Amino acid sequence: MRHTISVLVENKFGVLSRISGLFSGRGYNIESLSVGETIDPAISIMTIVTTGDDLVVEQITKQLNKLIDVIKVVDFMELDHVEREMVLVKIAPRKEDKTEALQLAEIFRGRIVDSGPATYTIEITGEEKKISAFIDLIKPFGIKEFVRTGKVAIGREGTKKGK
Amino acid sequence: MKKSGAEILIECLKKEGVKHVFGYPGGVVLNIFDILYDEKDLQLILTRHEQAAVHAADGYARASGKPGVAIVTSGPGATNTVTGIATASMDSIPLVVFSGQVPTLLIGNDAFQEADIVGITRPCTKHNFLVKDVKDLAKTVREAFHIACTGRPGPVLIDLPKDVTAGSTEFIWPEEVKIRSYNPTYHGNKYMINQAAQMILQAKKPVIMAGGGVILSGASKELKELAELAKIPVTMTLMGLGGFPGTNKLSMGMLGMHGTYYANTAVQNADLLIGIGVRFDDRVTGKTDEFAPNAKIMQIDIDPTSIRKNVRVDLPVVGDVKNVLRDLIKALKESKEQWGAIRSAWLKQIEHWKEERPLSYRFDKNIIKPEFVVEKIYEVTRGEAIICTEVGQNQMWAAQFYKYDHPRRWLSSGGLGTMGYGFPAAIGAQFACPDKVVFDIAGDGSIQMNIQELATAVINKLPVKVAILNNGYLGMVRQWQELFFKERYSHTHLETGNPDFVKVAEAYGAAGLRATKPEEVEPVIKESLKIKNRPVFLDFVVDWKEKVYPMVPAGASIDQMIFEEEEKKEEKKLKAVK
Repeated sequence: MRHTISVLVENKFGVLSRISGLFSGRGYNIESLSVGETIDPAISIMTIVTTGDDLVVEQITKQLNKLIDVIKVVDFMELDHVEREMVLVKIAPRKEDKTEALQLAEIFRGRIVDSGPATYTIEITGEEKKISAFIDLIKPFGIKEFVRTGKVAIGREGTKKGK
Repeated sequence: MKKSGAEILIECLKKEGVKHVFGYPGGVVLNIFDILYDEKDLQLILTRHEQAAVHAADGYARASGKPGVAIVTSGPGATNTVTGIATASMDSIPLVVFSGQVPTLLIGNDAFQEADIVGITRPCTKHNFLVKDVKDLAKTVREAFHIACTGRPGPVLIDLPKDVTAGSTEFIWPEEVKIRSYNPTYHGNKYMINQAAQMILQAKKPVIMAGGGVILSGASKELKELAELAKIPVTMTLMGLGGFPGTNKLSMGMLGMHGTYYANTAVQNADLLIGIGVRFDDRVTGKTDEFAPNAKIMQIDIDPTSIRKNVRVDLPVVGDVKNVLRDLIKALKESKEQWGAIRSAWLKQIEHWKEERPLSYRFDKNIIKPEFVVEKIYEVTRGEAIICTEVGQNQMWAAQFYKYDHPRRWLSSGGLGTMGYGFPAAIGAQFACPDKVVFDIAGDGSIQMNIQELATAVINKLPVKVAILNNGYLGMVRQWQELFFKERYSHTHLETGNPDFVKVAEAYGAAGLRATKPEEVEPVIKESLKIKNRPVFLDFVVDWKEKVYPMVPAGASIDQMIFEEEEKKEEKKLKAVK
């Protein structure tokens, strides 16, 4: 099963490598990882997407909790939550395809954040399904560059706090 | 008044109650060593290798229950500590290791003797620190000792750039330590403890499996009380030896790959297995699917990650073993159960298994059996010695044939299985317990991995005894080659390259004794005990064909044991590689 886990950590030197080292050292899988500061600059939040059966994910959350710099771990699996990811795609459509490409971006509520004589850069935000649907459709127009942020997640109001 | 970083460091160590530090000097720790030059209350013990410094600190910690401390230089000094740190990490031993580092401005420049030791030791420490500012030094040292000694203990490393120990600031000792993200659970959940008591009340065939957590938590007294109250037989993991008296009637000795027949059989037949401070290592469980197949498993441990890591657990209790056992005993005492009556059949069954296949070996009057040496050491020291071991056959025989009645008398690298651990650990243990007899039970292979520490033992006049079970082989590997690799003894024969261990000892100024016949064993041990002012090497030339039994082949379930007789029946011819 795929789990989205949010990890609140002390914003200290080397903390990212403690987390990633835990995953690589114990053979756990990281699908995506995003890190950023919280409102309190002394604390960072990491959102990790990982896969594993229940026992593996139980170990992952316990092992994360065991790290001295980890303040809190939340597995969103059984919590009502919102997930988002952002991608930036640079496409180079042929002249005759330009309108169609721009329409497609609009359908997905994408924004053109840069344009030049040959390329457009589109920003898309959303859930995983929306992003992959967009990628499938935009591919034929010729993707020059592609970056994604990795998932971030937040619990909905009223959901219980994690372990 | 301002103090230098080096002075602050030494002050902090004294505040933490440290009396002995093991170490080795070098360029970037010169400031620290300069302070140590005049220091009266804190003794630095110079080892001959940084690895040995950490093992000695580890032995000191295991024997005393206090944290072990080591100080080394940067680069190779620091990387040499890695084996020692990993050894302590696997066995949850509290250590604080200080490594020198190049000046902060040079970090990352591939400076002379620079190594990213914080990066290197991240996976094998409980936590580690790089101090970048002398103002953070005292707080960091305080936190390091706190982290090392509390919760599930473990090694902590502090990397000290040269400018930090050379710099100066006001010395402020933080009386309190508070780390918001570190709050171990010390008391077991009441509901879980009541459930645990119910399980014990309902069990017909319970077995306690006690591990290193019992010793780390100082819970031997509570464990004995629980076992004797509810009449539950006790088996111990390698790390748990001494946690319950080996001579107690309820003791079944060690379980697992080289465990006793009766311990393994009892676990496989139990209806309740109570794991106390254990992590269900693969050497204990054998094939996990077939481990304790009829039992409900209860696990008491301070570290939640130990629970359900390797085996299914029906009832977890997270908490400090000592506290949980106290609460559990209290809950059980309320029941007024007639324990003697309800357990008599099960205890009788275990007695029967004990008689059926006791731990044994064949005594030979012409050649020394290694088990005989361990037995004699047990007899002569009346079970009162601190026994350190190396790793391999020597370790298993020392675990099987010496009975440990007290905690902190058995010092062995259980998790990592580090050859070369025992001798420096014995040095550390002798510093911690100067009045105790300390033995290192070694093999001819292992002893050569830290043999240079003879110098440390001689110069400090330590009467450490090293009993070398000299069979001329890497015996445990040879045993596997014999049993599972068609007697192809690939690179395990050491005899032709071995030195004369008596002469090696004498060359360093230690005493050397040798026994080649069984009747010489006891006199040689007794002779070694008379030597009080220097280390002794006891070279026991033993039967190289001897193997450790019982044995559970890797990956088999723990009731699939191989015994000595069966092997004799097959009349295997042993071929020597000479």
